[in-house]
Amino acid sequence: MTRYVIGRLALAAGVMLVVSMLSFSMIYMAGDPAITIAGESATDADINAVRKFYRFDDPIYAQYGAWMANALRGDFGRSYYLRAPVGELITDRFPTTLLLGGLAMLFAMALAVPLGVAAAVKPNSLVDRLSLMISVLGQALPGFWFGLMLILLFSVKLRWLPPSGTESLKNFIMPAITLGYYATPAMMRLTRTSMLDVLASDYIRTAHAKGLHPAVILFKHALRNAIAPVVSLAAVQLGFMLGGSVVVESIFSIHGLGHLAWESISRNDFPPVQAIILTLSMLYVALTFCADVLNAWLDPSIRLE
Amino acid sequence: MYAKKMILVAALLGCGALHSAWAGKNDDTLRIGFTRESDTLDVYFNATREGVVMAHLIWDALLWRNPKTGQYQPGLADEWAFIDNQTLEFKLKRGVKFHNGEKFDADDVVYTMNWISNPENGVKARRFVDWIKVAEKVDSNTVRIIAKKPFPAALEMLSNLLVIYPNEYHAEAGPDLFGRAPVGTGPYAVTDVDIGKKITFRANREYFGGSKGAPAIGNIVVSNFSDKNTLLAEVLTGRIDWMWNVPADQAEKLQNNPQLQVVNESTMRIGFVVMDAVGRSGDTPFTKRKVRQAVAHAINREAIVKHLVKGRSTVIHSACFPTQIGCEQSVRKYEYNPDKARRLLDEAGYPDGFRVDLHANRDRPYVEAILSDLQEVGIDANLVYIKWPALREKRRAGKVALQHTTWGSYSVNDVSAVTSVFFSDNPDDYAHDRQVRQWLAEGDNNTDLEVRKAAYSKALRRIAEQAYWVPTWTYNVNYVFSKDLNFTPDYDEYPRFYQSYWN
Repeated sequence: MTRYVIGRLALAAGVMLVVSMLSFSMIYMAGDPAITIAGESATDADINAVRKFYRFDDPIYAQYGAWMANALRGDFGRSYYLRAPVGELITDRFPTTLLLGGLAMLFAMALAVPLGVAAAVKPNSLVDRLSLMISVLGQALPGFWFGLMLILLFSVKLRWLPPSGTESLKNFIMPAITLGYYATPAMMRLTRTSMLDVLASDYIRTAHAKGLHPAVILFKHALRNAIAPVVSLAAVQLGFMLGGSVVVESIFSIHGLGHLAWESISRNDFPPVQAIILTLSMLYVALTFCADVLNAWLDPSIRLE
Repeated sequence: MYAKKMILVAALLGCGALHSAWAGKNDDTLRIGFTRESDTLDVYFNATREGVVMAHLIWDALLWRNPKTGQYQPGLADEWAFIDNQTLEFKLKRGVKFHNGEKFDADDVVYTMNWISNPENGVKARRFVDWIKVAEKVDSNTVRIIAKKPFPAALEMLSNLLVIYPNEYHAEAGPDLFGRAPVGTGPYAVTDVDIGKKITFRANREYFGGSKGAPAIGNIVVSNFSDKNTLLAEVLTGRIDWMWNVPADQAEKLQNNPQLQVVNESTMRIGFVVMDAVGRSGDTPFTKRKVRQAVAHAINREAIVKHLVKGRSTVIHSACFPTQIGCEQSVRKYEYNPDKARRLLDEAGYPDGFRVDLHANRDRPYVEAILSDLQEVGIDANLVYIKWPALREKRRAGKVALQHTTWGSYSVNDVSAVTSVFFSDNPDDYAHDRQVRQWLAEGDNNTDLEVRKAAYSKALRRIAEQAYWVPTWTYNVNYVFSKDLNFTPDYDEYPRFYQSYWN
């Protein structure tokens, strides 16, 4: 088990290193960052001054080394545009993104688990097909389109929910649905598969033979055992949701990490983008690592592969 | 993006009569939605249009330009005069106070002018402050601002962009805090700032009035939205009272909404096609005048304005915005004539046309229309659509043979803010015409209006004659706002909310 954990840790560290290199190199992807920072009316002297101030003249490897060394100490530099420490911006905005991710996960679970159970109880039936269709639709609809449709229906037409903002939990309903719906199919299908396995097991047959109520068998005995891998997947999906909130936060004007990333990209303000990519990737890698270790602990055969 | 637009447009058609609760008038709070965040409220570090609009609420400049007449009126100064062609003297208004109670006087003006013109302080909009040599106090009510050289656009700068700081508070707070907790003399005081999210203003009931007049609306809240369609939904639900830059197709649909007003107004932004007339980008056909003239005849600007740009935009022929001081209008005009364009290409030695990259950084549909027109006459233009910093870098490095770009002149109503920027032997100059340069310099450095106009006229006529540019059209903005709001947009694209009131 120790060897397995060390191996996974090394893999996670390697992934993080590559991510850090990619996110750092982004700064040069949209042209000279000094021009962006200096602004439209800047003269060449202004641009050179900016270049010197931010040390854009240094070799790239030196810039990367300095940036990485600072990042490891938790110092992600300052936003060129907002002129605030990136660490502070992330700390300020992360709770909003976490709340959105948590609510999206709740919605995804609330939809995927019952659909998965229903599909498993009547496999290959109309219920199964309908469950699959409802969940797969979530993955097929682009987030920006689905989000706007919700705004049109529930805000503009029905006036039930506010189109954007973060004043109350009501503001989070549509963004959580938009974000959570996308993650539903994987969880629904895993619930279905897992439930089918459990429902075919001996102890369920015994429970039926003992004359227990079908609902008790289904929810108390079968679902409790079938849900473990789904929870493990949910942990990984949460990491995905935090990263995938960029579009959803932008549509619903939720000032979280995704919104900050979007705004920063659009104005070529790369320190926040680099830090957000690094933070979310780290979170995603950590959650995946935890899920891997948990699965290996539960299932020894994984360790031996 | 197109899909998103279509969805909203479709929805708008059916949503006309659903509105009931429009909060703005009820709680005397004008809610404004912008799609661009402001990093700081200090206008010298935030020269975005939104930044300048908010600065006009918080601060005053020495003068105020009346957008209707174009005349300069008193701002923080009651009187002003050129002592010589480099020195301006101002008699300041008495009894004015900053929002924090600090008294306004000559020290504030001298401090501000000297602080912003000092390169060490890192003001972003250098172009607007670099002309200042020094400001001097004559007495507590009189100041002199001395330019490095004759600078006729000084009044334009001092009436629009160069607002006055409270010297004591600014020195004590420092630039960063000042940008988050600004203090001015203006019609609105900032009460709450959540940078990048929301800024709250309260009417300054002790405002001296002057040319701007007393503010009528009690509170203003500016919120940021990263998605324009979401902002539109906020306007449709009555949670936001005002927005701008609504695309033409959506604006047309919103005309039918009884709860909203849609107003279109021209702006000082102009579009233009720049051709490499001196071969900076290598061996290019555009070094031949007939090729440049062929391009000018090939582009159907009238059709593009009518069907795509729409609104109050107009086709332009001179390399400036028509109202700008010195913007000569009687220049050579190139009508749409593809046959003539083909003939000119033939005469220039390109009977089969040629292949070229057309660079652009905005307004893709318009640029694609230009591209199509060029292909019609045999110029096989390949669109290179890149972000502005990348285009600027390439352009200034002399690597762009053909480009369509725009310039807003920062709403400075003077030819020196546009033509001189692009034809003064700098990295943006793709003409390198010594005569043009001399005439522009003559206009830029003279305070006699007639001499300036004559010099600019010669420069602009030659630019058109040589077809260095194909000026395309003026831009326009669609403003959408609550029917309860009385708001009048101006051509300089600076919404003056301090003059708005509830109907």
